Amino acid sequence: MELFTEGDPIADTKAPAGPIEKRWETRRFEAKLVNPANRRKMTVIVVGTGLAGGSAAATLAEQGYHVKSYCYQDSPRRAHSIAAQGGINAAKNYRNDGDSVHRLFYDTVKGGDFRSRESNVHRLAEVSVNIIDQCVAQGVPFAREYGGLLDTRSFGGAQVQRTFYARGQTGQQLLLGAYQALERQIGLGNVEMNARHEMLELVIVDGKARGIVVRDLVTGEISTEMADAVVLASGGYGNVFYLSTNAKGCNVTATWRAHRKGAYFANPCYTQIHPTCIPVSGDHQSKLTLMSESLRNDGRVWVPKNKGDDRNPRDIPEDERDYYLERIYPSFGNLVPRDIASRAAKNVCDEGRGVGPTKLGVYLDFADAIDRLGRKAIEAKYGNLFEMYERITGEDPYEVPMRIYPAVHYTMGGLWVDYDLQSSIPGLFVIGEANFSDHGANRLGASALMQGLADGYFVLPTTIANYLASGPLDKVDASHPAAVEARTDVEDRIQRLLAVNGDRTVDSFHRELGQIMWEHCGMERSEAGLRKAIGEIRDLRDAFWQRVKVSGTGEELNQSLEKAGRVADFFELAELMCIDALHREESCGGHFRAEHQTPDGEAQRDDEKFAYVAAWEFTATGEPSVLHKEDLKFEYVHPTQRSYK
Amino acid sequence: MNLTLRIWRQKGPEDKGRMVTYPVNDVSPDMSFLEMLDVLNERLILDGEDPVAFDHDCREGICGMCGLMINGDAHGPQRGTTACQLHMRQFTDGETIDIEPWRASAFPVIKDLVVNRGAFDKIIAAGGYITAPTGSAPEAHSTPVAKANADAAFESAACIGCGACVAACPNGSGMLFTAAKLTQLSLLPQGQPERYTRVIGMVDAHDEAGFGGCTNAGECTVVCPKGIPLNTIGRLNRDYLAATTKGAGNTPGS
Repeated sequence: MELFTEGDPIADTKAPAGPIEKRWETRRFEAKLVNPANRRKMTVIVVGTGLAGGSAAATLAEQGYHVKSYCYQDSPRRAHSIAAQGGINAAKNYRNDGDSVHRLFYDTVKGGDFRSRESNVHRLAEVSVNIIDQCVAQGVPFAREYGGLLDTRSFGGAQVQRTFYARGQTGQQLLLGAYQALERQIGLGNVEMNARHEMLELVIVDGKARGIVVRDLVTGEISTEMADAVVLASGGYGNVFYLSTNAKGCNVTATWRAHRKGAYFANPCYTQIHPTCIPVSGDHQSKLTLMSESLRNDGRVWVPKNKGDDRNPRDIPEDERDYYLERIYPSFGNLVPRDIASRAAKNVCDEGRGVGPTKLGVYLDFADAIDRLGRKAIEAKYGNLFEMYERITGEDPYEVPMRIYPAVHYTMGGLWVDYDLQSSIPGLFVIGEANFSDHGANRLGASALMQGLADGYFVLPTTIANYLASGPLDKVDASHPAAVEARTDVEDRIQRLLAVNGDRTVDSFHRELGQIMWEHCGMERSEAGLRKAIGEIRDLRDAFWQRVKVSGTGEELNQSLEKAGRVADFFELAELMCIDALHREESCGGHFRAEHQTPDGEAQRDDEKFAYVAAWEFTATGEPSVLHKEDLKFEYVHPTQRSYK
Repeated sequence: MNLTLRIWRQKGPEDKGRMVTYPVNDVSPDMSFLEMLDVLNERLILDGEDPVAFDHDCREGICGMCGLMINGDAHGPQRGTTACQLHMRQFTDGETIDIEPWRASAFPVIKDLVVNRGAFDKIIAAGGYITAPTGSAPEAHSTPVAKANADAAFESAACIGCGACVAACPNGSGMLFTAAKLTQLSLLPQGQPERYTRVIGMVDAHDEAGFGGCTNAGECTVVCPKGIPLNTIGRLNRDYLAATTKGAGNTPGS
């Protein structure tokens, strides 16, 4: 059977024409407005309360819409944006080091290996400066200089210092800013907050997104919630790999359910493997922990020059160490982008020069920085990260070099959206990591926080008004046949999961799926491997539906049932990721195909054939998906082979 | 190593609840505490028993979702560490470990080790913010903030809202949580306009939610995984006093 078929290309992304600096301004002016009296009569559902969802819900409520917000955690403050460590980019040029909106735009398009949309990225760079203003006004305690002004640092893929930060807890502080704005609106009665609720289905009425089906995770009650528009801000799908730096609950269910209802899924194979994570220690491992990229400002990455050198790292003399990033990439050194740093680590480990008990690790060494700046300065910058490392590994990184290895961290792919962040289903908007739009095939460090907040605070509130202004939509309630059908589907699926009553736990399946994906759809992919993976995923999915054991009932707090529903969706996504990776016969950013590399092992793009967004349309379970291509045009940043040498 | 766990089991809010003993064998010292509970739960599911419900999400000590009383200590024996970051190398072979939920009247038990901490959100909704609607912000550098104040504000802002402070407090007080947010916002110039209405709103919401009063026992700061200092509560009291006695919160120009 064919793996996929090809459908019509995507002709229009709705980005305005004209000079790139004017497009967002043009869109804002041309967007229709909703008058304040009418906003009160309109309800918007926002799923997810991270940087994108939290900021969008708060802003929409400030504007006067009635907002219903949902998260699976016990409080909106716990969304996984909170774990982002390093920082947020903005083109403020406070350092006077040559930064500008155009340079941030250029770095992001190049960093994404020329697989993102120029119009979207330029807008992101423009809005970046407003984000910093907004967050400071909310009381986000960014790091400051002695003169009282904001401090910045460098991140991978940039030669300017444009990353604003709050020690190693930037995501936490930005999220709490958005959360507090959201809580203010909850207190004012403008947002109805539903924590411990999970979206399990999208409701489409007359071709438009009009509601969702949710499960109350405490009581198990299923309910249907209707609205004038639905916003998905449900994050990425890195947990398809089982082991990742994502929180345990992160899942693809909200976006996958929308995909099954008609929303295109774009570039699912673009996943980011972060180079600096704490290596796996054993089979019991349930998640991986990131060590911020900011550490590469002062830490030097190395492995022994000789294979199998088991000496204590402090006993290996300088001339027997290979600082391989500084050697191969002298101009960016330890601050090369993430995809490049990850693959370089894999290569030295494949050569047999890896370190630590599993030999899947490289050193990140702070000895030089401690000599140069003193231990105190390093403590001030990275203290909490060093403590976290010691708690997990039992080793003191002030004394012995950290051991790090790449791990799945972020997914650039996601639901396809147009310039307005609207999916292929009218009335369904997708923001933050859940969409695909701004990072191309590789996201630069400190750009996820920027994009989440750009979408939520500034872009979506403008573009969704344009959609809502085209109303009023017909009044529909939960008794509409489409809503009833969606709800019945949810109830049936829960009953099916509970009825299998097999002999394997959900986690055992999830772990096995993750191993298949890591091996064949991870840092390096090949045709043979991907074909093998597709077969293995299908077999494992069949076994799941025959052998999974979910305890308890649907009418109670049941964490094993929650996991089962999420893993069932991961199986379907995993197959699409492999098909996408297989069809993209080139290497770009985080997608590295073994068959497509330059003589010195760098990613080899094929712009003739693959300068497009792959947007996949779902047909039916087990049937081939339909590929729709959106051609990418580069008018301002001319595609070149990325070089960080 | 081999361990004996005594875990609080409670089917729902109406159930009385009880400690149940479970042996767990072949625990690796490199496992996290929650991974050790995962191992137990995998076994319980295959045996047809109800797995132990516990809250967790990021498993890297920042989301604040996990929270367990371990041998009577909130988040267990290691200071400055959430339960998810606690590793089994902190325990010894053959040990018996008691695991209970947060116990406080403002945090009712939902099931087993899962409690409802929604009262914390209500405290924030009652004033734990700076009113700055999107789009209204001035240029970020228009107001410098002394580094010492910015650093101290950051230290208080590090609170993860886990609730360990409440669980450890003999009065079940949420004062450290409330004071941490108040301190952050009152140290920043942007937080001044609402400083006194904020403290009244948050303290009132704290009391209404059923938290007890603070008697300076100091247990909260000891178990706090982020080391929020006790002097934040002194700051809260000063602002509260100013707001209520001088009417600083509601008299224009005061």
